[in-house]
Amino acid sequence: MTGLSIENISMRFDLPNGSSVQALKDVSLHLNEGELMSVLGPSGCGKTTLLNIVAGFLAPTDGTVVMNGHNVTGPDAERGMVFQQGALFEWMDVRSNVSFGPRMKGQKEADWGAQVDRLLDVTGLNDFKDKAIYELSGGMQQRVALARCLANDPDVILMDEPLGALDALTREKMQGLVLRLWKETGKTIILITHSVEEALLLGERLLVMAPRPGRIHKEYKLPFADMGVGADLREVKNADGYAETREEILGMIWNMEEEIMGRSETEQ
Amino acid sequence: MIGIMILLVYIAIFVLSFLAVRFLARKTTRDFTSLKTVTFGDESAVNSNRFASIVSVLTIFLIWGSFTGSAWVPGFLHAPAPFVGDTSFTYTLETADGQRDDATVYVRVADFGQESENFEVDQGEGIAKNDAVAMNASRSSTILFDRNDEVTRKDGARVAAIDGVDIGPGTEIRTDAGRFALTDKGAITFSPPSGLQMEPIWLPPPEDVVARMAEIATDGYRDSTLWQHLGYSLFRVIAGFLLGALLGIPLGYAMGLSDWFRGWFEPIVEFMRPVPPLALIPLVIIWFGIGETGKIILLFLASLWIMAIAARAGVSGVNISKVHAAYSLGASKFQIMRHVIMPNSLPEIFTGARVAMGVCWGTVVAAELVAASEGAGMMIMVASKFQLTDIVLMGIILIGVIGFGIDILMRKVENVLVPWKGRS
Ligand SMILES: Nc1ncnc2c1ncn2[C@@H]1O[C@H](COP(=O)(O)OP(=O)(O)OP(=O)(O)O)[C@@H](O)[C@H]1O
Ligand SMILES: [Mg+2]
Repeated sequence: MTGLSIENISMRFDLPNGSSVQALKDVSLHLNEGELMSVLGPSGCGKTTLLNIVAGFLAPTDGTVVMNGHNVTGPDAERGMVFQQGALFEWMDVRSNVSFGPRMKGQKEADWGAQVDRLLDVTGLNDFKDKAIYELSGGMQQRVALARCLANDPDVILMDEPLGALDALTREKMQGLVLRLWKETGKTIILITHSVEEALLLGERLLVMAPRPGRIHKEYKLPFADMGVGADLREVKNADGYAETREEILGMIWNMEEEIMGRSETEQ
Repeated sequence: MIGIMILLVYIAIFVLSFLAVRFLARKTTRDFTSLKTVTFGDESAVNSNRFASIVSVLTIFLIWGSFTGSAWVPGFLHAPAPFVGDTSFTYTLETADGQRDDATVYVRVADFGQESENFEVDQGEGIAKNDAVAMNASRSSTILFDRNDEVTRKDGARVAAIDGVDIGPGTEIRTDAGRFALTDKGAITFSPPSGLQMEPIWLPPPEDVVARMAEIATDGYRDSTLWQHLGYSLFRVIAGFLLGALLGIPLGYAMGLSDWFRGWFEPIVEFMRPVPPLALIPLVIIWFGIGETGKIILLFLASLWIMAIAARAGVSGVNISKVHAAYSLGASKFQIMRHVIMPNSLPEIFTGARVAMGVCWGTVVAAELVAASEGAGMMIMVASKFQLTDIVLMGIILIGVIGFGIDILMRKVENVLVPWKGRS
């Protein structure tokens, strides 16, 4: 079976003081090849934990992740990750960062040079390829992270709030870039975000998670990502159903947050 | 007394040069910092003031020169010099039966470090006879005035006045010639004006130190030239440091990467870290003697723990996202070590190396002070036994300059090799 299957994942963190946190409970979902799913949910509902399990950085206390028919037991080049920030290698220039994956596989520049340069071109980093990482702006650094991930040609790309640290304008440009690259490369993508707008614009599928214990609350199938490819994202926001869905999801997350606040107030 | 004088002069120069620079050099640079309005409390806005540094160094030489009567400092800036040359005073002898007679004491005061030569004078008339006294600057001399007098202290005679000023047991008087007092037995103690300058044996003037340096640089000291002495010290430091780094860095990595290594070496490292290397000198001498082996092992031990701790901190300081990213990009453990952990730990290792070099340099000098047949520390130790203060000072200055030079060099190398330090 191709695609990515998350089967009955549960995750419990045992704390040193004897108590434990149920970060995820019985989460199941399946992604077909080439699907783009955005994940939303109030803070602490287990989004990062889920992504780390899929990436293979954490072993779940229950359940399995199956990727193209085999169980996930650890990190692997088939599942690339784009972090929010701080994951670039400062001791390498931009081009060396982007070509890191192929180089680690032992490929020669003749093998990866063209592809890396094309990605630098697509992400608009051509003029900066010899620059050091600390000489780049936050938006450029995220483009490097994206290009680095793509240069390694993974089957699945996992992104944990990749655009969270960017200003609104840069963010919008980057959203367009993500959509374009998604359509161009046909990668399976899971994208965690705190922004409902971003989740709507980028998510072909949109997963809303609920906290305590972390679980899937509701899933949407949305047309906006397809509309957005190569189009003006602000136009998409005027599309039919966009505003309604946004209000619905906002209300949903709002209620969850209220509930958390209320509960922790009565706990005190 | 001199200490307070020097302190006051120093503070005065500090304040006056501050006011002068503030007044004369209105801020002319227009860099970003100069546009900051909040500078007090913003450490990044406080740059070391070049003027202040220059004036500070000049002031030290000025004070040094002025209080040692240096030829490099114009005479009017000299602190008062001690009296040197010929002087004289008259004393009034009073016998037991009330007879009085005056006699003159001629005093010849020789400069610092020169032999005082005895000389003869005409003894004159009367019961009290003239005396000749030779002495050195800044010293007191007890004058047995009655050696040649016809009536002596044994006969009940005493000194009643000096230069016409009455003097008795327990009173101290000052005249143009200097200070006078009487000892318990009635002899005269005379101190010519001692001025405020230091004797070369305490503090030689700067030109003496430079001259001595030139001399040792060409002729050597204790069978080795100056450069050989310094070279020995540097060689020991570099050899000890390299050995320490060679073993300490892998040890630190191992402690950062493996729980067994960490558990095994943590008690040792944590125990050795607070033991100052100086405390190991006696043991190292007992075990290895005073030769090169002992010194290099001492410096090896001094740098080993520092480098191990720095390397361990470098490993644990790696942002876990970087390691995760590298794994997701398909890197092997070895590749992660080589391409992520090692470069990521370089800033920490450089910080550690700078500390270690500083500690090693200090330790080698101390070890040479204790026992060595060549080296910067040995040079000043031997010189101090012969009161060759100029060599001691020269050694201290060179040790400081070299230590400073090492640190600057390390910082330069760091800037080249770790340009991303503190910028991510
Ligand atoms: N290493 C850990 N040890 C203990 N508890 C943890 C650990 N990691 C996560 N948790 C807990 O698991 C829950 C889910 O955390 P997670 O980081 O997955 O949330 P999130 O949805 O990503 O939140 P955010 O939106 O703020 O990033 C939280 O309650 C958190 O306290
Ligand atoms: Mg998170």
